Amino acid sequence: MNNTALLEVRDVRKTFPKADGGELLVLADVNLRVNEGEIVGLLGRSGSGKSTLLRVIAGLANSSAGSCNYLGKLVTGPAHGIAMVFQSFAIFPWLTVFENVALGLEAQRLPKDEIRRRSLEAIDLIGLDGFESAYPRELSGGMRQRVGFARALVVHPTILLMDEPFSALDVLTAETLRTDFLDLWSEGRMPIKGVVLVTHNIEEAVLMCDRILVFGSNPGRILSEIPVTLPQPRNRLDPSFRALVERIYVEMTTKMAASGAAPRNENFPGLGIGSVLPRVSSNLLSGLMETVAVPPFNGVADLPKLAHDLQMEIDDLFPVAETLQMMRLAEVAGGDIKLTDVGLAFANAALDERKRIFARQLLNYVPLAAHIRRVLDERPTHVARKSRFLDELEDFMANEAAEQTLRAIVSWARYAEAFAYDDENASFSLENPS
Amino acid sequence: MSNRIPPFAFVRDLATRWDAIAVVIVIGLVAFLGTASHGLLAPLSKLQATPLSLDPVHLPEYAARTTLRMFAALGLSLIFTLTYATWAAKSPRAGKLLIPILDILQSVPILGFISITVAFFMSLVPGRVLGAELAAIFAIFTSQAWNMAFSFYQSLRTVPAELTEAAKSFHLSSWMRFWQLEVPFGMPALIWNMMMSMSGGWFFVVASESISVGHTSVTLPGIGSYIALAIAERNLTAIGWAILTMLIVILLYDQLLFRPLVAWADRLRVEQDPGGRVPRSWALTVIQRSRLTSAVANAFYSAVRWISWTAPVVSKRPHRTASTSRRTDWLWTALVAALVMFAMWQMLRGLIVATTLTEVGTTVKLALLTMLRVFLLISIASMVWVPIGVWVGLRPRAREIVQPIAQFLAAFPANLLFPLAVYGIVAWRLNPDVWLSPLMILGTQWYILFNVIAGATGIPGELRYAAQNLNVTGWLWWRRVALPAVIPYYVTGAITASGGSWNAAIVAELVTWGNTEVKAHGLGAYIAEATAAGDFHRIVLGIATMSVFVVAINRFFWRPLYYYAERKFRIG
Repeated sequence: MNNTALLEVRDVRKTFPKADGGELLVLADVNLRVNEGEIVGLLGRSGSGKSTLLRVIAGLANSSAGSCNYLGKLVTGPAHGIAMVFQSFAIFPWLTVFENVALGLEAQRLPKDEIRRRSLEAIDLIGLDGFESAYPRELSGGMRQRVGFARALVVHPTILLMDEPFSALDVLTAETLRTDFLDLWSEGRMPIKGVVLVTHNIEEAVLMCDRILVFGSNPGRILSEIPVTLPQPRNRLDPSFRALVERIYVEMTTKMAASGAAPRNENFPGLGIGSVLPRVSSNLLSGLMETVAVPPFNGVADLPKLAHDLQMEIDDLFPVAETLQMMRLAEVAGGDIKLTDVGLAFANAALDERKRIFARQLLNYVPLAAHIRRVLDERPTHVARKSRFLDELEDFMANEAAEQTLRAIVSWARYAEAFAYDDENASFSLENPS
Repeated sequence: MSNRIPPFAFVRDLATRWDAIAVVIVIGLVAFLGTASHGLLAPLSKLQATPLSLDPVHLPEYAARTTLRMFAALGLSLIFTLTYATWAAKSPRAGKLLIPILDILQSVPILGFISITVAFFMSLVPGRVLGAELAAIFAIFTSQAWNMAFSFYQSLRTVPAELTEAAKSFHLSSWMRFWQLEVPFGMPALIWNMMMSMSGGWFFVVASESISVGHTSVTLPGIGSYIALAIAERNLTAIGWAILTMLIVILLYDQLLFRPLVAWADRLRVEQDPGGRVPRSWALTVIQRSRLTSAVANAFYSAVRWISWTAPVVSKRPHRTASTSRRTDWLWTALVAALVMFAMWQMLRGLIVATTLTEVGTTVKLALLTMLRVFLLISIASMVWVPIGVWVGLRPRAREIVQPIAQFLAAFPANLLFPLAVYGIVAWRLNPDVWLSPLMILGTQWYILFNVIAGATGIPGELRYAAQNLNVTGWLWWRRVALPAVIPYYVTGAITASGGSWNAAIVAELVTWGNTEVKAHGLGAYIAEATAAGDFHRIVLGIATMSVFVVAINRFFWRPLYYYAERKFRIG
């Protein structure tokens, strides 16, 4: 392995214009370097801007500031030598496997027989021979993603960008494709010299990457860089593998604790309202608390083990843990989740008591819920329109995030019976329908 | 070694019988086009010298000429769609103006165009048949183009982002992206809309082939003029022959053109789950097995590629700076302002100056009458077709039988049956204000039926079982299960039916049979009378009033209703 930089990303920022004329920062001063012979993982939750960064590298999106150099040249549009594999496969349903693979070469205006030779080579390499004349709809998800890989490799790229390429596949298929890819990579049978892999799957990152960049959200930024020196092929059950997974969990949950919600401050009623809330149903919250409360966990659970037992990815598990932490029903630190006394009381209570506890925690520790409740209390009619709160939220976040945050609040408030929401005329009220 | 193809390489394998067949087909086609168009440059006087004949022997030729006109219009509509809709979708600046324009054009009564454009086209090629042909084709075009353009625009806006990104990252030029991604993606919806457009076009063939605006009167040989003549001469037998011919023609192009197209477009669908019935077509099978068509397809594909290779590459355009963007913004605003000023001036000169307030009052009153009629008819049709549609939709067997019949009835030009209605109204001395009304919805009610059938078919089996399990029957079943499930579909159908009925008012409120004229009070009759009299001010006023009404009803009634139904009743 030598130290030639294939790709150099310097101080890349990305902002989106907001409705009120301001700017929403989605990617803050990201630096990244891909050396020859390296697989670099961008690991983070959804919404951490890692896919946006990948599109900047691919030349599909512009950065608002900073630069991205490929082999020393500034990337201003899709560069020759950078190919991409997509999460949803993005293969053309009206073209056969062969035509899909050949498309990138046709765009390069190569002679017909060369297109044919190279396409068949790529199809052969990726294990698709026999499927040349099949249409995508005749293929399983795994085979479709193989087409995605063949199409990317056929143009002989130097760098392969992969945007969660295995996340739309079932567990077994994903594992087969990962192994096949790593085999081809380690045997040097692919033309590529470097890989950037976007993923939200910690184990996938540890399994495949030489270096992992952990991303944080709001705004998207690199929290830490973790080199992976385990030799390939890696074994998921190997203690050093597990230790690394554990370490990344700790890394990600420490940062989570640092950015956790502050207690409600009466002097600053607006404080904390601007945080985006995840859509986590009350069933998931109670379910997780019940699971952690009983043996083998007895109130404290190791997050990687919990994720494994419950078959949850970090994108599923972390929002639940964060919500519990925000409501002071649990504490998350050092890769562990520990129920608070209130959390334990909740887990052991019957339905009505649970609702009381939940309502108390919601109104005490979720500023937006407290804010809505206060507005409703103050009004003689005890009714307030949704748009009123939506406008307030949109000062802090994008439109969809504001909608999602309000939907989360509605579902929690309904469970807690803290206040009611009528979707028909989009308004909050204190009355519960009789 | 060179890659050059030696000249005449194809002579090496001697001519096969396929080549002979191909030659015959091509020459036949050329000959047909020749005879059908040889009269185009003939002077108009010659057209008037050879009057139309009601002898059914001429019907195949008339039908062929009419069909040719319809396909010419369809081709124009396709070109319009691929350019206008693409422009609107690609340029946000232009789209802001182009889409509302399209929406308004869609609401302008199509028959109104004929009277306005005839004079223009006739003056373009004075004294020649070509001018009249162009006017007729343009009239048919206006009945076909808008919904096609809308459908393609919608498709362009909904191309999956990752597919576009994939195309860009593999360096497809925007020309190639258009043909390899955007056109195939929009094709299934576009073909469906082409079928709707063909049906809509037939409705206006009668009006567009036999054009008379004031003193100008041209009769182009075709099935529409044949019908017009039969009506003028009160010849019921000839009407019968015309109906039979239309049946055959519609059946032919459905089997030979649209069925194969639909079956072929099925593979362009993006949903990749192999579910549902695959549309089949015997004609497609034949076409696919012949080498000729694959050669044509390859040639087309090569042409696209060749153009994309030789076309100058503009993809390396530098990112626009804020100042150039502001300058273009300014230019665009100025252009739009100039356009608006021009339109205002034209309106002032041509419409407002010559119009009295009482005249406006009259048209509004008449429009309200027509509106009352349309809403009443839609309600009645709904009460009939919703229960029937639900009943049919829940029974696959019944659906197999009813669906194609309903499709056919929708394609059949209902105005062919108008003479019969006049006959009845005169014979029994019925009130035309009441009894002419059903004609307005004769051709458009089927959209309600289609959509309700589709909605009922889509009710998940589990929901129906759950209702059975809970013993939900009778009126409660209709109120809580069937009606909510079909409402979004019903509203879609009702919107189409309502729009079509407004248009049909122009032909349905004033119907003639020989010298007998039966007239209902309404805006349609007002426009029809103004057209017959060649009174341009009243034509424009009538059309403007109708457009305003249709647009207002769409914006303030149908659209909110549609979104409400979408939000509240959409399953899943």
